[in-house]
Amino acid sequence: MTEETTIQRRSGGRTAAKMALVAVGMFGFGFAMVPAYQVFCEVTGFNGFVSNEASAGPGDMEYDPDRKVTVEFVATVNGSQPWTFRPKQSRMEVTPGELYTAYFVAENQYEGSTVSQIIPSVAPGTAGRHFKKTECFCFTEQRFAGSEQRKMPVTFFVDPALPERNQTVTLSYTLFDIRDGDLPEYDEEAAELHAGAPQSAD
Amino acid sequence: MTATTHDTHDAHHHGPPPGFFKRWLFTTNHKDLGVLYMVFGLLMFFIGGAMAMVIRAELFQPGLNLVDPHFFNQMTTMHALVMIFGAVMPAFTGLANWLIPVQIGAPDMALPRINNWAFWLLPAGFVLLLATLFLPGGAPAGGWTMYPPLVLQLGDSFPFLILAVHILGISSIMGSINIVATILNMRAPGMTLMKMPMFVWAWLITAFLIVAVMPVLAGAVTMLLTDQYFGTSFFSAAGGGDPVMFQHIFWFFGHPEVYILILPAFGIVSAIIPTFARKPLFGYSSMVYATASIAFLSFIVWGHHMFTVGMPLAGQLFFMYATMLVAVPTGVKIFNWMATMWQGSMTFETPMLFSIAFVLLFTIGGLSGVMLALAPVDLQYHDTYFVVAHFHYVLVTGAVFSIMAAVYFWLPKWTGHMYDEKLGKWHFWLSTISVNVLFFPQHFLGLAGMPRRIPDYAVQFAEFNMISSIGGFVFGLAQLLFVYIIVKCVRGGQKASSGVWEGAKGLEWTLPSPAPYHTFETPPAVK
Repeated sequence: MTEETTIQRRSGGRTAAKMALVAVGMFGFGFAMVPAYQVFCEVTGFNGFVSNEASAGPGDMEYDPDRKVTVEFVATVNGSQPWTFRPKQSRMEVTPGELYTAYFVAENQYEGSTVSQIIPSVAPGTAGRHFKKTECFCFTEQRFAGSEQRKMPVTFFVDPALPERNQTVTLSYTLFDIRDGDLPEYDEEAAELHAGAPQSAD
Repeated sequence: MTATTHDTHDAHHHGPPPGFFKRWLFTTNHKDLGVLYMVFGLLMFFIGGAMAMVIRAELFQPGLNLVDPHFFNQMTTMHALVMIFGAVMPAFTGLANWLIPVQIGAPDMALPRINNWAFWLLPAGFVLLLATLFLPGGAPAGGWTMYPPLVLQLGDSFPFLILAVHILGISSIMGSINIVATILNMRAPGMTLMKMPMFVWAWLITAFLIVAVMPVLAGAVTMLLTDQYFGTSFFSAAGGGDPVMFQHIFWFFGHPEVYILILPAFGIVSAIIPTFARKPLFGYSSMVYATASIAFLSFIVWGHHMFTVGMPLAGQLFFMYATMLVAVPTGVKIFNWMATMWQGSMTFETPMLFSIAFVLLFTIGGLSGVMLALAPVDLQYHDTYFVVAHFHYVLVTGAVFSIMAAVYFWLPKWTGHMYDEKLGKWHFWLSTISVNVLFFPQHFLGLAGMPRRIPDYAVQFAEFNMISSIGGFVFGLAQLLFVYIIVKCVRGGQKASSGVWEGAKGLEWTLPSPAPYHTFETPPAVK
């Protein structure tokens, strides 16, 4: 390489370094999409986002006592685990702004004790934000003894801000058996339980 | 021309190093690496092609005939991964390596050793990926899109798949950084950005896309990996994650990726059509801006791959309109190519034939793309053979045809010999007729409701599938002719002049054919 060419043509090292920085940044961006997606769904109510935290009760909310909305209940077991899980009632007529309690029944058909996590979902997506639970078995992990059957309550109200076109709201729960360690954050007790779970049972 | 005389003078200590391994394993020469990339791409084209032959043979008749369904799923998955990451991307990168320095008057790529590294990562990645075929449980079979939770059930091939994707990603990111660094820093004096050949422009934009989105794919597959082995719950609903989020991240990569597979093709035909129409490219600057617009739009249309996930109306409308917008700059390009040919004194050598077929058939793929962009009708087309027909029109008669056109166009420059024009025309007509027999009926199959990625189908689809398979076999065989033509041309043939084509314009055509091992060590003067 002669001297004149080095003057006229730069080596490109700086450009390469900048581009490498872009690549690293975009790798991070991929991960940043995870919380961004959560926030986006929470704010817009897209994707039928349902809060899994207790909300305050309806309080003195103003509402139309004559308005009726149908709430349907669905319960599903994820995968082909030996569980039964069903709603005690298939539907309820509710007035938005008033508090109701519905019951779901789950039965662990394993011999041994196990842990489940139940995940809610609301359809249609536009109703997700307006379906409020003050108390729910889905807020925490549920432990079941071997062959235990349990009736579990969910206390909820439908926000009167629910759009008029939503005549029917479906509350769907999916039960996940998580004793294989699908969940990252066990409390100690659960971790012990996990460690003690029989390996042959999966 | 002073540059080249200087080269020949210095050739005694500037030729390739002696010894096969020393030359090809350790080479940092952009021409050698370009050849390696292209040979690798050709090899993968045949491996991926063999998988396609298995698919078409199984689908020749209804019923489970040749392979078991799990192996069929491995074939559809691996065919896509091999063709995208093994054939088309390396072939384009090879063309970039060979051509960009000689088109901008640079002595080599900006980072020659990175270049060597980027190439040799590819065989490593594909050893990992192809090795999965021999693992218990077989190769990845959940589709190349790697959707969880299905992909997490792959078994032994899963970590191989993830690691292979990482390696291939690193390779293409390094290759692209090198291309950007070369184009921005190594241009001959006077070669301003708006004087660069369209192929260089197309690759500059493509390289930016690769650097922007391949890391996102790397992130997505890393999340799959940690979900599987380290107890995270990015995509596991039980842990508060969401499998649909994977699709968002994947297609944020995936849609720019499909433009990565086509923008260099736009650059290639923008070089070939003016040559054989003997007119300058119509609307050069609009071509540059159209390419950049397509690249920008590629980042905001990913949702059109996901219309059926339960996306809210606002999302469907946004992605539908944004997607339809892509047709505008693409239309600009197609009309510019037509205007370039308009009233030109055209001749129809093989590269021109492939380029004209590209314009025509890519447009068919583009129009079926506009149909798929319509959210209401996509609900029916989704995951049917209509989608298969669409993306094969843009990828086979688009990307692959452009690569073939490029090989015929620049082969005399690379080898110093003319290829056999008569055989080239045979290859063209066999390929073009058979590829339409192969893919056109798939539109009808899809509209009639035949799902993709299925080893068996209802009997009413039998005729069109048989026609499609026959087209597939002919297309596959025709590619053996392609290899024969290349080998024959490398070994000998009519001497090529430095200009090769009567209407060829650009710095690479000022070099003798074959181009010397080192070129433009002293920058050429660009007016």
